[in-house]
Amino acid sequence: MSENKTVKFIVTRQDSPDSAPYEEEFELAYRPNMNVISALMEIRRNPVNTKGQATTPITWDSNCLEEVCGACSMVINGKPRQSCSALVDQLEQPIRLEPMRTFPVVRDLQVDRSRMFDALKKVKAWIPIDGTYDLGPGPRMPEKKRQWAYELSKCMTCGVCLEACPNVNSNSNFIGPQPLSQVRLFNAHPTGAMNKAERLEAIMGDGGLANCGNSQNCVQSCPKGIPLTTSIAALNRDTTFQAFRNFFGSDQV
Amino acid sequence: MAGNREFLNRRLHSLLGVIPIGLFLVQHLVVNNFATRGPEAFNNAANFMGNLPFRIVLETVIIYLPILFHAIYGLYIAFTAKNNAGKYGYFRNWMFLLQRVSGVITLIFITWHVWETRVAAAFGAHVNYDMMADILSSPFMFGFYVVGIISTIFHFANGLWSFLVSWGITVSPRSQVISTYFTIGVFIILSIVGISTLLAFV
Repeated sequence: MSENKTVKFIVTRQDSPDSAPYEEEFELAYRPNMNVISALMEIRRNPVNTKGQATTPITWDSNCLEEVCGACSMVINGKPRQSCSALVDQLEQPIRLEPMRTFPVVRDLQVDRSRMFDALKKVKAWIPIDGTYDLGPGPRMPEKKRQWAYELSKCMTCGVCLEACPNVNSNSNFIGPQPLSQVRLFNAHPTGAMNKAERLEAIMGDGGLANCGNSQNCVQSCPKGIPLTTSIAALNRDTTFQAFRNFFGSDQV
Repeated sequence: MAGNREFLNRRLHSLLGVIPIGLFLVQHLVVNNFATRGPEAFNNAANFMGNLPFRIVLETVIIYLPILFHAIYGLYIAFTAKNNAGKYGYFRNWMFLLQRVSGVITLIFITWHVWETRVAAAFGAHVNYDMMADILSSPFMFGFYVVGIISTIFHFANGLWSFLVSWGITVSPRSQVISTYFTIGVFIILSIVGISTLLAFV
């Protein structure tokens, strides 16, 4: 009997960034250990929908296929997640695939995630070490802190937290949880801490930290288990002090 | 100038909800509880509050202006959210939605409440036990007051929780869980105070 088993997909498709989305159904033969990407590849091999009509292959984004690059994120059965680690055996059928609409849809399941990379530039999510001469070795980081910071560094800019956040939408300019947690990561680094105030001031600007409404969907949804809401609360504390320093002046540089 | 005001506005919005509006709410609920000791006790307390020196200044600075800012900016915040509690049914996401719903209900309630008591008083009505007993004798108005008071207290209690997060007082998950229980306690206690006052008028 198992050779007749099939897998059913309902895919939300869209031909161009401005065209209207539509649903298309696909049914394909079950194979053991399928994931959503392998199913999409199977459809690409023979793009025929359940009505028997020939159609175009589905467009999607993917790269590493081991849940570290974040490129293949999409909404699977209502929840945003990576399609590479979405195993067909663990999903309820029919499996519904939709693009993450928080981002501009390029085509079908492929979205443009550049707003997150722009946000990383905006919050200065890097450690400036370039100079006209050798700056020498930086301060050492305690091992325990390194391990703690490693958890924050797991962010793969996949966009799931932005998709789940009720305050990231077309009515708001909120940059979302992803770049905020990176501010905490780079501020925690002994060399990065030298530019702490610059990053805090960046997230105190328009569309920044203060737009968080504490729905805490981000921390529930993050595939890497990054403590996003703890990062946000910690930055709330840091920016409170920064705001006082900015207003009253400070004896610390 | 308007560019970088968002941070300040949001923090001010959060602060004003607790100080002075939250403190006023607690004071208001407690003083009105004199009604449970009879009409005379209530009238004495109402007269004392109503005849405080500099009353108009106190009302304007402690109540009217902060509530006006909190309400207008709060409406803006509420309507920029795209609520998704149906899809992401986590506890905090429901609280996020309820905070916005209760905020709108509270605004409607307070507008009516101010109209019916303060504005009426400005036109010569006497704010006393009989006035409230008269209003609450209608079952519809009694229901409206129950919903309004519960919604106001919820908005305050849950707002106190997010105030603690927004100002960076509760950072760790554990501290946020403890403050959840604390604010649930605040909600229950103030609800008992408020509802027992209402029941004293019928």
